Amino acid sequence: MANISVNLIVNGKAVTQECPANSTLVDLLRDQLQLTGTHVGCDTSQCGSCTVHFNGRAVKACTVLAGQAEGADVVTIEGIGSRESLHPMQSAFRECHGLQCGFCTPGMIMAGIDLVNRGDASDEASIRSGLEGNICRCTGYHNIVKAVASAAVEMGVKEEAEG
Amino acid sequence: MYQFNYHQPQTIEEARSLYNKSEDGLYLAGGHTLIPSLRQRLSSPSDVIDLSSIAALTGIERQGGVLRIGALTTHDSVATSEAVLGHCSALATLASGIGDAQVRNRGTIGGSIANNDPAADYPAAILGLNATVHTDQRDIQGDNFFSGMFETSLWAGEMVVGISFPSVTAASYVKFPNPASRYATVGVMVARIDDGVRVAITGAASCVFRASAMEDALSSKLSENSLDNVAIDPDTLMSDIHASAEYRAHLCGVMARKAVAGL
Repeated sequence: MANISVNLIVNGKAVTQECPANSTLVDLLRDQLQLTGTHVGCDTSQCGSCTVHFNGRAVKACTVLAGQAEGADVVTIEGIGSRESLHPMQSAFRECHGLQCGFCTPGMIMAGIDLVNRGDASDEASIRSGLEGNICRCTGYHNIVKAVASAAVEMGVKEEAEG
Repeated sequence: MYQFNYHQPQTIEEARSLYNKSEDGLYLAGGHTLIPSLRQRLSSPSDVIDLSSIAALTGIERQGGVLRIGALTTHDSVATSEAVLGHCSALATLASGIGDAQVRNRGTIGGSIANNDPAADYPAAILGLNATVHTDQRDIQGDNFFSGMFETSLWAGEMVVGISFPSVTAASYVKFPNPASRYATVGVMVARIDDGVRVAITGAASCVFRASAMEDALSSKLSENSLDNVAIDPDTLMSDIHASAEYRAHLCGVMARKAVAGL
């Protein structure tokens, strides 16, 4: 099995990375680029912990081959905010205590942002259905849903101010 | 992860040539069944030929009353397409209920039907909406495409390039999803096309099938009550940890009635 070379953009920076042909995108992010904020829970596309944005849309990075990311624009949890200036979704998870152990949180946040960007976070039912691909095993979903709803308001306000 | 050679051809011809040169090649579409299968060693190809860079395989077009969807079009694109909604909203509804948001952003219609999972949603659309499957070598009538559990009439190395859906008078798809996977425990597509009624059921048996007794009953009168005395024989259905054959048979009737009510 030969190595492959993948060219992609990760968190706004162009990257060229050699990796084994059978690497997944999450292997490339975590093992090669040391972006360990993206977690691997089930590794079989059930749990959503590995959710990243791939050309602007939420995908499960454990079920994308590294080679499939050729030319793609990938954003991970490390790329959405900073310690000094959290993304509104991150702030909302903190404010609403939308986490306990925190393992699922990066995936929840990336899925939540996509949900809000698509206009699918208008009420509790649509948020719950939009987060079907993300599993949390400790807090229950109440505060997570609350956080996404709160961020949706914040992100909407911000967009209007910018627009 | 299982080891394989990876290729990313830019054209259908190049993909075909890579397949012919490989010892035991396999085409990769969205990968949402194949990649987990590779990891679990349920699939062990020598070469994975990724079709995602082939532009000709993606897109949705509606022309002369026919909706054509490229094989690599994602479930989300189908679910949100104006062309699909204008042609047959039941098809958009079906696509919007597959898996979860992340899966719908990657999974493809061509990959789904070529895999022919007995609980997948799209096979019910292909049969129920009388679609035609286009491959790189021929056109296959939907009725002749699915041949058994994870089996289709595709030849070795034959590639699905697109699917055409004729115009329908009315169609409705209702499923009882497995609460964890969102696969169909039972899913029923009911469609009125010209003067005929088609009923396709997925999830219930080892392969999607047309319920001819339901079609006959609905052809004489297209109403829920027409199904009152029509039963699906549990002996022809699957039993597993999710549902017994008897329960699936019951669900076939319930989902079919709901689908008719939704026409």
